[in-house]
Amino acid sequence: MSDPADCATGAELRRTPLYERHKAAGARLVPFAGYEMPLQYAGIIAEHTATRESAGLFDVSHMGQIRLTETRPGAAAAWLERLTPSDIAGLADGGARYTVLTNAAGGVVDDLIITRLGDHFRLVVNGARRAAVRAHFEANADPDVAVDYLDRALIALQGPAAEAVLAPHVAADIAAMDFMTAVLTEAFGVDAMVSRCGYTGEDGFEVSLPEDAAGAAWDALVGDGRVSPVGLGARDTLRLEAGLCLYGQDLSEEISPVEAGIGWVVPKRRRTEGGFIGDARIMQEFAEGPARKRVGLTAAGRVPARAGAELQVDGATTGIVTSGGVGPTVGGPIAFGLVDPAHATIGQEIAAVVRGKPVVVTVAKLPFLPSRTKRKGSS
Amino acid sequence: MKRFTKDHEWVELDGDIATVGITDHAQEALGDITFVELPDVGRTLAPGDAFAVVESVKAASDVYAPLAGEVTEINGALDDKPELVNEAAEGAGWFIKLKVADAAAVEALMEQAAYDDFLKTIE
Repeated sequence: MSDPADCATGAELRRTPLYERHKAAGARLVPFAGYEMPLQYAGIIAEHTATRESAGLFDVSHMGQIRLTETRPGAAAAWLERLTPSDIAGLADGGARYTVLTNAAGGVVDDLIITRLGDHFRLVVNGARRAAVRAHFEANADPDVAVDYLDRALIALQGPAAEAVLAPHVAADIAAMDFMTAVLTEAFGVDAMVSRCGYTGEDGFEVSLPEDAAGAAWDALVGDGRVSPVGLGARDTLRLEAGLCLYGQDLSEEISPVEAGIGWVVPKRRRTEGGFIGDARIMQEFAEGPARKRVGLTAAGRVPARAGAELQVDGATTGIVTSGGVGPTVGGPIAFGLVDPAHATIGQEIAAVVRGKPVVVTVAKLPFLPSRTKRKGSS
Repeated sequence: MKRFTKDHEWVELDGDIATVGITDHAQEALGDITFVELPDVGRTLAPGDAFAVVESVKAASDVYAPLAGEVTEINGALDDKPELVNEAAEGAGWFIKLKVADAAAVEALMEQAAYDDFLKTIE
């Protein structure tokens, strides 16, 4: 049998403040983003289902947390509007926004969450992109914007029970928070940033806290009967079902946000005015349509098309699978493909080449599951 | 008595018919198994031939023939219940039966104790 690709490498791996707890819980640890991270505890399907039905607890301390401060009012927002194609100037205090850092070619340096907290901004970037983001920030530095790379733990609690589980541990009234908002408050007895956000398609929260406070917070949450610890394996199936991009697969230095189907991160003002890195290509793609488009793919059978599988229509290449696997809640194979826009219509049948054989997949609506995040006005 | 390969397949010989599957260690490493693609009955295998594919939630993995022979039977139960491999990899979760060309070739494979020692070297 061929080994699944999770063998250890010789490189020196970092550990999050929760490493010992993952190990003690019997998690299978794998190298990820330069860290030794839990792939799974009880099993991917069980963890996935626990998150959809109750609450999943994730250690995402490998992700990069950054604080931006400014010496001139408006400098940080202006700088972020140069680095991203989103509306940052209009971001309300306590508001969080998902967006991308674009490169000169209109590709993506990283996808991230930007939160405005009073006089400063907080950014959360992908663990595997920390160094690339830092280099990008240094290459585009603004003397009026100070960038601090924080050493803090980050834990995510996701699922329908997340609010009820977390509320007693947080001073602020988290039940009153809308999705994509954040507060600086006291949580687990320490100063924390609590955001109502996540990357699973479920309602949920992320808590940023000092590294030395992470263990006690983790213990308090994992000790709650409604909570299951969840590793990277289920994190991937959850985000795939929710239609969310993974950097390095569905987003890259070459793939533009328009191609990746996240053109919604660019509001109308920015589409008209431009003024961000890589605006030429991105504005042209909005005007004329992109060369390829990310689509959702489902299959009737049980053979999943995984990342890298070629996609063909009438024997000719139309694109490639960027992410793929089995969706435990969907109950079958699902994937994202980057395809010729002529083949991006819902219902289009495409052949995915899996081990040399064609597997029929059908272009489907994204997300594969309706989102259950808590939007403004919902209860 | 079962014999084992370094690629984590097991073989149990009864006369010249070998039952072949993946080891408990292998199913544990793969995680939740969602589909097993088995070969056609009648296919002739050489040692090392990839004869089956295990799809887990995480990845697709090839399974290699531990011995030369002809496939005489496949485990049809895996079609409906691929999770049998997780539940009983070295029992009800077997993959194929093989009419082996050379029964003595099984002697070259590891016995349980040797396989257990081998597992310690890769952990």
